[in-house]
Amino acid sequence: MSVIEATQLQDDRPDFDAGDTVNVHLRVVEGDKERIQQFEGVCLGRRGSGPNETFTVRKISGGIGVERIFPVHSPRIAKIEVKRRGKVRRSKLFFLRDRSGKSARIKERMRELE
Amino acid sequence: MSSGLIGKKVGMTSVFDDEGNNIACTVIEAGPNVVTQVKEEDGADGYAAVQLGFDTKKEKNTTKAMQGHFTHAGADPKRVVKEFRDFHETFDDEVRLGDVLHVEDVFVEGEIVDVVGVSKGKGFQGVMKRHGFGGVGMATHGQSDRQRAPGSVGASADPSRVFKGTRMGGRTGGERTKIQNLEVVRILPDQNAILIKGSVPGPKSGYVEIYRKKALE
Repeated sequence: MSVIEATQLQDDRPDFDAGDTVNVHLRVVEGDKERIQQFEGVCLGRRGSGPNETFTVRKISGGIGVERIFPVHSPRIAKIEVKRRGKVRRSKLFFLRDRSGKSARIKERMRELE
Repeated sequence: MSSGLIGKKVGMTSVFDDEGNNIACTVIEAGPNVVTQVKEEDGADGYAAVQLGFDTKKEKNTTKAMQGHFTHAGADPKRVVKEFRDFHETFDDEVRLGDVLHVEDVFVEGEIVDVVGVSKGKGFQGVMKRHGFGGVGMATHGQSDRQRAPGSVGASADPSRVFKGTRMGGRTGGERTKIQNLEVVRILPDQNAILIKGSVPGPKSGYVEIYRKKALE
């Protein structure tokens, strides 16, 4: 069982958590062409474990909040870039949904915790 | 019936396919199975079948009669023995007594199979869980005890009895159940494991039979 699950994991995923601003490079197949689509926003949190682990990314697109949930180990994700480390005090940042503008900002984490 | 293998349910997980879709699947430890008997159409049995044995069992827990049966096939005592009728209809190679069959010998990735197992026992269940009834009443408007009720089971003076076979509550689950047309997602020969799309009857570490649907072209 654990052997099968281990084969499903992608080992190139960077270490990131809630509050970090991430840029997800997504492989999109259109007809017979494949291109990379980027989705950049704040990671609201991660949930699950093993091959079922997912994370939520929120961004403001054209004045409307957009959230997408990605499986961390999906082969459709070409790359995850960590743009900025955020300083947050909780593991799930769902309170950001009710906030906009100034109050929705997240301070950058200055020194690495680990 | 057709060719197949006996296996043991390990559990469920999910894997990504080539397109990146996340597929829920059941892991089954299938084989190695030993051929413990071959029956032939024109032999003493009068029909064609292959008997397979799976999972080791202590010799002291095996009856003398079965010990003899396994020794005849040159195998250790097996916990489960199952007969697969018309095995050769969907299996090309000749199968002989004492042969050991592995997952990769019988199945290929992408093919469609049927899986048979004994479903989990649920005990005494009401009519909603057992037969999918809708219940009768509402939660409010002065009603009580009617939300999961079976409704009327009979009529009045005529016939003044309840018909036989009327669906009621009772022991549920623990029955032999076949799930048809499941896809083989992956085969792992090193672990003797087969991954089958979707769920399969029975508890973890329950025994299941996997049947091939038709011969490969």
